[in-house]
Amino acid sequence: MEATITLHVDGEKRELTVDTRTTLLDALRDRLGNTSPKKGCDHGQCGSCTVLLEGRRVVSCLTFAVAHDGATVTTAAGLAGEDQLHPVARAFVDHDGFQCGYCTPGQVCSAVGMLEEAGADWPSHVTEDLRAPVTLDDAEIRERMSGNLCRCGAYVNIVAAIREASR
Amino acid sequence: MTSTLEPKSMGRPLTRVEGADKVTGRAPYAYEHPLSDPLYLHPVLSTIPHGRVTAVDTSGAEALPGVHTVLTPGNAERLADTEDREFAVLQSDEVSFHGQFVAAVVADTPETARQAAGLVKVDYERLSHDVVLTADHRGLYRPVEDADEGPSADTAQGDVEAALERAEVVVDHTYSTPTEHNNPMEPHTTTALWEEGTGHLTLYDSTQGVHVVRASVATVFGLDPERVRVVAPHVGGGFGSKGEAHAHNVLAAMAARALPGRPVKFALTRQQMFCLVGYRTPTIQRVRLGADRDGRLGAVSHDAVEQTSTIKEFTENSAMCSRWMYAAPHRRTTHRIAALDVPVNFWMRAPGECPGTYAAEAAMDELAHACGVDPVELRALNDPETDPQSGSPWSDRRLVQCLREGAERFGWHGRDPAPRSRREGDWLVGTGVASASYPHMFNPGSVAHVRHDGDGRYEVSIGAVDIGTGAWTSLTQIAADALGRPASDIRLRIGDTAFPSASVAGGSSGTSSWGTAIVAAARAFRDRHGDSPEPGAEASASAAEDTVDEGYSIYSFGAHFAEAWVNADTGEVRVPRMYGLFSIGRVVNPRTVRSQFLGGMVMGLSMALHEESYRDPRYGHIANGDFAEYHVPTNADVGDLRADWLDEEDPRATPMGSRGAGEIGIVGSPAAVANAVHHATGVRVRDLPITPDKLLR
Repeated sequence: MEATITLHVDGEKRELTVDTRTTLLDALRDRLGNTSPKKGCDHGQCGSCTVLLEGRRVVSCLTFAVAHDGATVTTAAGLAGEDQLHPVARAFVDHDGFQCGYCTPGQVCSAVGMLEEAGADWPSHVTEDLRAPVTLDDAEIRERMSGNLCRCGAYVNIVAAIREASR
Repeated sequence: MTSTLEPKSMGRPLTRVEGADKVTGRAPYAYEHPLSDPLYLHPVLSTIPHGRVTAVDTSGAEALPGVHTVLTPGNAERLADTEDREFAVLQSDEVSFHGQFVAAVVADTPETARQAAGLVKVDYERLSHDVVLTADHRGLYRPVEDADEGPSADTAQGDVEAALERAEVVVDHTYSTPTEHNNPMEPHTTTALWEEGTGHLTLYDSTQGVHVVRASVATVFGLDPERVRVVAPHVGGGFGSKGEAHAHNVLAAMAARALPGRPVKFALTRQQMFCLVGYRTPTIQRVRLGADRDGRLGAVSHDAVEQTSTIKEFTENSAMCSRWMYAAPHRRTTHRIAALDVPVNFWMRAPGECPGTYAAEAAMDELAHACGVDPVELRALNDPETDPQSGSPWSDRRLVQCLREGAERFGWHGRDPAPRSRREGDWLVGTGVASASYPHMFNPGSVAHVRHDGDGRYEVSIGAVDIGTGAWTSLTQIAADALGRPASDIRLRIGDTAFPSASVAGGSSGTSSWGTAIVAAARAFRDRHGDSPEPGAEASASAAEDTVDEGYSIYSFGAHFAEAWVNADTGEVRVPRMYGLFSIGRVVNPRTVRSQFLGGMVMGLSMALHEESYRDPRYGHIANGDFAEYHVPTNADVGDLRADWLDEEDPRATPMGSRGAGEIGIVGSPAAVANAVHHATGVRVRDLPITPDKLLR
């Protein structure tokens, strides 16, 4: 069964027809040709497909495109203008927060979403005082970024990049 | 030995030249090249480990709208050359392992292809199977040796048994490591396009060697290699598993040839990667060390038992590291393998050295405790003046310097050597050390091309691949110094068989092999065209085969230090700190090399604590084949990791003065963690991974 939906992707309004089984990730990659979000596991276990959906980070492989008619989606390709880098993305380059680069767009989107969450004082598993403002120390960054696997093992540099971008 | 390049660009921490493309996700991987009107392949995998396919019912799949073809052993094209049986895809009804391709669907959409694959009904005749490796397996044999290049399966010097008999202190233990899967983040993917009119096959592939894949695929299909193009500008990791073509390359090409003119996209699922693209064999290693009371080694014996598949032999040379690591007059190493009804095992980061060094360095830690000698000093005491296997002088052995300087920087000294001697609240705290080594590898046959674009700008082309190592950047720097230009004047082109032949990105040999070719091409260019060339002037050259100075034993070395905290009640292990100090010759790019070291250390930490593929003995499949159950470290599992290196160059290795960096980080780091866990708890876990249950027994 197919459905026609509209998505606002990286600032562009896109109408597309999807199989109702098509995930948001596959809609972006296979239907719209936006391959910025990556498919690492297709089961929500690795985070490579992370995008911002209505401003919040989601694993786009675990949600159906048809459920998001009219939604706004931002991928790592759309965080900044065509020839610009978002400060988080810039920090990833400067700190070598990646090697193969495959998990990276998901890491960057996740970091952008995470900084919003921490800025809004959402606690995490390692937050000591759930009512106090969040201090984004390394332990907080590590915990909040643990939904994004990096097999190259760039975690130390990812933390350094986010630490800098959070200032 | 040739003169080394003057480092002007080399040694500088340039950020990755493809960095912006990667952080935005615009860098195209194998699935992502914009091609019109693609089709999608989904395979059907065998559900038995051994037997034969008796019937394939494709009617349900073929009836589904949008299905273009269903390939089966009955209708697949007959391949020209299947001497390598890994590539004999759909060529017979035989099933040799669980997860083998038995059919494939090609359809208009990925959803349809997947649904149709689920509708293909396969009947089997089951035969008895054997998928469990044991130390006394009846099928164990000495691996077939490749007389031309393969290392010997066994070595013996002196009389090990007599020396062990005489030794004042003997350590004799068996260590095991489980099946482990590489799991690069980018699943193995091939997009294949067959153009019938021209007879050209193009593969956009996730590979560590475009020329390697081209050679295999051309052979299998009986095609002129010139008609096969393999493209891989960016590859999402490999760690060895993408070092050669695998069956999926053949299946994708086969499907493309059945459907000319339409690109066929085939990305393995994460689950399928546990069946089809190689893995590290489980190992069972007995290590015996004989020493005097001061810890001076008289005998080293290292016997490795491993598995391979029935269709293709691959030996993990785990005992080899004990041939060069420490001095001892009496030594023996052996490898025995059993061919089981399992998928083909293959390279995984530092094949051989990684599991072998875990066992050997854990045994050295046991010897240090038995002798009451500091583990750092025990290793220094047994440091050989010349290569104990060949007697050759070392090119640049700085293991002791790595150990002693590393110990200072880590804060090793002052520890109470007694196990279980430090407690912080609920946590038992310990520290561990291990040595690392990796041979300098150089693969001949790489060719580079240099062309002057004008205005002092140069295009440098070589069919190398960057799987995340930093080759885009480091080769640019090497080319810059070879041509005497700033890096900004170099336009590097890699990742395509349209560029000259290049060896695989494997064995920590890429930068050495390709860089040497680039230096040769730059020198040929200057010889022919001088320092003021016309625009369009060009030259090609290959790296001389005798680049490496043969009179010397050339290895990289390193020392790993780890601090482990083990929860006294739960057995949970945390590793807040790891430190590695390495000697690898000149570091071409400090930024990317540091990342390689850290990445190897993370994978070593992972091997020590997390990774294990559990093969179900009843069905022969991996029962935990995805990221929910096959654990790799997350960000929160990794603490304060640091890596440094000694400032040096090794002109005997390459004209850059560099050796390799990709693998040494994973060599030794698992043992450092395991040794730290023992120091913390007094429990010696000899079977990786060190999971909490093993500490609470």
